Amino acid sequence: MEQLPKWADLIVVPLVGLILAFSLSMLMVFATGHDPMDALSLMVKGALGSTYGWGYTLYYATNFIFTGLAVAVAFHASLFNIGGEGQAAIGGLGVALVCLFIPWPHWTIALVAATAAAGLFGALWALIPAYLQAKRGSHIVITTIMFNFIAASLLNYVLVNKLRPKGSMDPATAKFPEPAHLPSLGDMLNAVGIPFAKGTPANVTLVVALVACIFVYYLIWRTRLGYQLRAFGKSQPAAVYAGINPVKITIITMMISGALAGLMAINNVMGEAERLILGSVEGAGFIGIAVALMGRSHPLGILFAALLFGALYQGGAELGLWTSIPRELVIVIQALVILFTGALDNMVRSMVAKVLVRPKRAEA
Amino acid sequence: MTTAPAIELKGISKAFGPVQANKDISIRVMPGTIHGIIGENGAGKSTLMSILYGFYKADKGEIYISGEKVSIPDSQAAIAAGIGMVFQHFKLVENFTVLENVILGAEDGALLAPSLRKARKDLAALAAEYELNVDPDALIQDIGVGMQQRVEILKALYRQADILILDEPTGVLTPAEADQLFRILHRLKDEGKTIILITHKLREIMEATDTVSVMRRGEMTATVKTSETSPQALAELMVGRKVLLRVDKSPAQPGEKVLEVENLKVVDSKGVVRIKGISFEVRAGEILGIAGVAGNGQSELLEVLGGMRNGTGTIRVNGQDLDLTGKFSDARSRRKRGIAHVPEDRQREGLIMDFKAWENTAFGYDDDEAYQTGLLMNNAAIREDAEGKIERFDVRPANADLEAKSFSGGNQQKLVLAREIERDPDLLLVGQPTRGVDIGAIEFIHQQIVALRDKGKAILLVSVELEEILSLSDRIAVIFDGQLMGERLPAETDEKELGLMMAGMTGEDT
Repeated sequence: MEQLPKWADLIVVPLVGLILAFSLSMLMVFATGHDPMDALSLMVKGALGSTYGWGYTLYYATNFIFTGLAVAVAFHASLFNIGGEGQAAIGGLGVALVCLFIPWPHWTIALVAATAAAGLFGALWALIPAYLQAKRGSHIVITTIMFNFIAASLLNYVLVNKLRPKGSMDPATAKFPEPAHLPSLGDMLNAVGIPFAKGTPANVTLVVALVACIFVYYLIWRTRLGYQLRAFGKSQPAAVYAGINPVKITIITMMISGALAGLMAINNVMGEAERLILGSVEGAGFIGIAVALMGRSHPLGILFAALLFGALYQGGAELGLWTSIPRELVIVIQALVILFTGALDNMVRSMVAKVLVRPKRAEA
Repeated sequence: MTTAPAIELKGISKAFGPVQANKDISIRVMPGTIHGIIGENGAGKSTLMSILYGFYKADKGEIYISGEKVSIPDSQAAIAAGIGMVFQHFKLVENFTVLENVILGAEDGALLAPSLRKARKDLAALAAEYELNVDPDALIQDIGVGMQQRVEILKALYRQADILILDEPTGVLTPAEADQLFRILHRLKDEGKTIILITHKLREIMEATDTVSVMRRGEMTATVKTSETSPQALAELMVGRKVLLRVDKSPAQPGEKVLEVENLKVVDSKGVVRIKGISFEVRAGEILGIAGVAGNGQSELLEVLGGMRNGTGTIRVNGQDLDLTGKFSDARSRRKRGIAHVPEDRQREGLIMDFKAWENTAFGYDDDEAYQTGLLMNNAAIREDAEGKIERFDVRPANADLEAKSFSGGNQQKLVLAREIERDPDLLLVGQPTRGVDIGAIEFIHQQIVALRDKGKAILLVSVELEEILSLSDRIAVIFDGQLMGERLPAETDEKELGLMMAGMTGEDT
């Protein structure tokens, strides 16, 4: 693989992927008999054209920042955590227990406690696959996927049989008490005099997500643990040579990854729904993989990629709402973006490389 | 009348990006001769041969075979032109028989049986003609390295090669096997084949070739008759300056026992016993060299001592037992006990190739107090330390921000050595210190190892290069099949005796 200049790797490659994805998407919109330019402008306007749109875009982006960071941390240690979905769901259980059963005086304290619970529950859910990988060699991709299903079944059981309020037909917990409600972004911005649409789901968790980005940056590039997990990710024999314990580093890395995925729950469970419902993660765990790939496993890249996917989600919803473009097509568009920026990343990269650098090979 | 050269290259140039791998190279190889090509790593030998074998296309230049101009776009064309190549790393299918490997890629039709019948006959004829005896029905995995190399030669001959290129053929052979190979090559030459021998070992050039071409930095610096040159002259042509071929060292002054190994056994993850109960000791101020053919347990020995593998038995350092299986058997605990380790494979173990040079300076020592500031690592301190080491060990280019993979083999090794030696260890484990390292750097690396010895440190040296073992060691132990065959003093032994011990004869038999 040719070495691309850094700016090309970080900006040109994702951009080209994005353009390809959108071109193909617009062709499909055209094929269904709609005007592609109309659809595109509706999507952009719907996601970014109003503070109302931003309120949703930022809400989705917050989810994707957490799951993207989760995947990225594991990536640095060459671990592929596809269990974000399950870890976020179990994180939600942690948040629900903390909010329902402990009377909190104020949302700030509730937020700290819920953050701790969400992280802890997510970390513990990742611990089991990590242990199986480190000690037994069970492949982490397989086990984390299986744990997504186990998490879903577990939540189903807990919600239906344990946490459902008496008389309710809905497999969900009761509404969290008032002091555990987080302020929305609209409330916060209006308080300081910036006009922002009320009633949108973006909330204070966005700030937690930004803090998580900074935390991950320092963790990966400035701490000993980060140094060790990167070294382990690059070469396991070298890690053993250096005295880095593979079992320990696998388990710690996966627990941090799981905790980050779990933190997503303070956004969707505590910040938005204000109760725990079934299927609350809505695929954000998987989107995190695409976000991490597109963001090159760097917090800043993840921030931008999460914003893009947030906008895509919100824009797609608007498209479904205002046009007769079928909902399925919106999902196709989202899938194409994931395909081109995530899965086909290397294809796009080699195309860009052919244009940008003369083919060269290392001296034999 | 003059015969046309078997191979003539005219003005071959090849660049990889900004790197000029081959610069206007012209060479004539006469038929029925053994022509050596010698040069340091990265001098462009392999690139030149890859062009000849159709792996790369030259930017400029012409190739003539037996006086006719040819173009060689791929290896199929090279084979058709009568060129056969024996690679450094054999390209054989382990669980196929010799016969199956020989016809692989040269089958006559969809059904194997006729091809195999024909190959069996041809192989018998070839074996008789060139004295290349191999059991056609033996599985590759069951025969020795020397035999495997013969299969590679047979493969080339079966494809009617008249010109045979051998790329560093003796790297994996014992001295006896290497001698055997050279006898085969001479036999092939007598039958009219042309042989090109690529190597970085001066001794082989002097022993086996008729003419020799020297390459340096992509250029052909000289082509001379082997009988009219000397190793010293060739070394100077290779490096471009005077080099010291002998290691300059005073007699050792052994002190206290630093390392004591008693009845050490190692079983690998597949249950194979790799080390079968060996005992030895290394004293302060001496270098113990472990000679042996690769794969006889010396790697495992280094790994156990370096904390990368479990073992049973007793190992004492400065009189205190090392933990061989428990919590303190890891590499970090070893370093805390004053053991530094230059591993055999610097690219796989000694360095993180994607890390920058300065990041690699902390590798294995990331817990050093000097590298911390509170919860974070003190990257500025690590970088400063790295820059000092790079300067003192003359790493080139002197840029701590380059990734380890951008350095040449010799400079990568200097990075590892600087990191390990400057920890001032009581015991230094060194595996293959000069594998893939150019002559200029070899001299420097050997000097550093001897200097550490002269500071009164104990050094355990593992190398498959007998010359290196003989010139660096104060005592030599030979390992074969996980057992020590005996100890010798370098002054009282020679390559022949050590070679026999490396092949399994105990010291008493010789």
